Amino acid sequence: MADTTYDRQNPAFYVLIAILILMSVGPVIILLANSMRLDVDITSGVGGLIFMPTIRNYETALCDILWYEPEHLRFCQIRFGGAFINSIIIALISTALTLIFGCMAAYALVRFKFMGRDTVSLSTLAVRMIPPAVLLVPVFGLWNNAFCIDNDTLVGGWIRDTFGGRGDVCLAGTHSGIIIVYVAMNLPFVIWILQSFIVQVPKSLEEAARVDGAGPFQVFFLVVLPLIKPGLAAASIFTFRIAWNEYLLASALADRDTMTVPILIVNNASEFDGLGTIFATGMLLAIPPILFTLFASRQIITGMTAGAVKG
Amino acid sequence: MNRMTPYMFIAPAALVMALALFYPIGYMMWGSFRDWDPTQNISETEFVGMANYVRLWGDAFFWESFSVTLIFAFTVVVVEMVIGVGLALLLDRNIRGMSVLRTLFILPMMIAPVVVGLVWRFMFHQTYGTFNRFLNWVGDTWWGSFLGIGPVDWLGQNPLLSVIIADIWQWTPFIFILSLAALQSLPRSALEAARIDGATGWQQVWFIKLPLMAPVLVVTMLLRLIDAFKVLEVILVMTGGGPGLSTEILALRIARTAREFRELGEAAAMSNYLLMLLMLLTLGMFAFNRWTEARSRKLKFAAEEEG
Repeated sequence: MADTTYDRQNPAFYVLIAILILMSVGPVIILLANSMRLDVDITSGVGGLIFMPTIRNYETALCDILWYEPEHLRFCQIRFGGAFINSIIIALISTALTLIFGCMAAYALVRFKFMGRDTVSLSTLAVRMIPPAVLLVPVFGLWNNAFCIDNDTLVGGWIRDTFGGRGDVCLAGTHSGIIIVYVAMNLPFVIWILQSFIVQVPKSLEEAARVDGAGPFQVFFLVVLPLIKPGLAAASIFTFRIAWNEYLLASALADRDTMTVPILIVNNASEFDGLGTIFATGMLLAIPPILFTLFASRQIITGMTAGAVKG
Repeated sequence: MNRMTPYMFIAPAALVMALALFYPIGYMMWGSFRDWDPTQNISETEFVGMANYVRLWGDAFFWESFSVTLIFAFTVVVVEMVIGVGLALLLDRNIRGMSVLRTLFILPMMIAPVVVGLVWRFMFHQTYGTFNRFLNWVGDTWWGSFLGIGPVDWLGQNPLLSVIIADIWQWTPFIFILSLAALQSLPRSALEAARIDGATGWQQVWFIKLPLMAPVLVVTMLLRLIDAFKVLEVILVMTGGGPGLSTEILALRIARTAREFRELGEAAAMSNYLLMLLMLLTLGMFAFNRWTEARSRKLKFAAEEEG
């Protein structure tokens, strides 16, 4: 698209485009600016966009993983660093798992035809309708009770004797407990997107590979996967985004050690003294999505339109 | 082995979804018939039949939050559809800056809802928020004071409006991008023919572009409507559901019933109501889709008969 020549247009359109760009970026700029201001400056509002930037808020937010002790802090209150690491672990693993399971399922649904494609599209759309809030109650109940290694059988009793506590090992409060919810939540969408890409892979290519003696799994991993890279990129960005940004279910499942960044932000958002710090935390949470937007916007748009337009 | 292959490809996804999606939903339906406290194991709870559902049916707070949800979702979707499709029709031309716009327009959707709520809460703040500072500045000019412009108590007096504005900012780009893609995949020949026949810009939009885009627009609207019922974090951070119940959408009320009031059974019943509502909407949309398809097929058939 770089070498296209543009038609001459009414200057009003350029103004409109400029306004729209400003509107979509404006709040992000406010976020960035406030994250580099002292609290006093945020509330008094002097200077507008011209001010002395400070990294003090970021130091406060990241105090538990900094290698030096920021001099303005007496003790480390917000433990953003640990939450950041939790978020990364959870988002990356759930993205990887969703993609692997999702492509395999999508491939089977398209190629082996043991269910109508329409049925699958319909049911994925139906599953997509389920709001996370609906999952809140059952996931909370199950992960704390049913999905536990019981305290009387197996190793639960031994753990209770050794470490104390309730005596059963539950999915709640572990990384894997959160990851499995995210994988299940994202799978329908990923299957839906990837289907529309796999349909376009010519069957003759796969048949050629099969004639050369490749098994079904080899055909899938060596022939099909490289051809649907754009679809994989789109699907992975969407999955990562949800796993990275999700608050509600994580807050029901996480404990102090597995807390993710959105939970930390919500927990601290009501305190008025750390305004700059909370903006810094928000900015850090927003960095990966911003990078995706700037460097992979084409894949994101492909993924978004593939879901609706081709679906 | 060969006959088992498709099942082996599907098995991991099916297993995870069964374990963490379908089983929990079944569990929720079962739990909604029980008097259930978060400290209890579900087998220790008491079966109360439809009591949770009946109690909610007579609960004014539930209906309040139900209507807030509907108002929020439908307002947001209608406004976003109008602005999004309008902008797409307006800007569907070969013009410099469009690729930048399309890139940056995704930004609001990608950023965490929690962070979006944080920024908008700041911008709507009574004293130091961006909007009120701007309104103050306008109010200080002579024409501003003449018109009586002054700061607005956004989150206190107009909480639902503020939340709706934030959502429009976040999600209009979604509709814009989808309808732009739909516009650009329209058959060039139809547009060309209309132009040669002398159709004006408005006529082209009304009689050619919009009807041809309709299938995509319906799907887009459906997706957006479904997502509008999922919005939770932005509202939670901006207003926390308040003041009063003015912005407490159902998703938020479910979370509060489960966490603060510790009534898991009631929260499950409420989840079920929400689920039924969404199911109804989805089915309605599908029926509409089928109906329009059938109608267009019939029209085409009639046209062929005549020709």
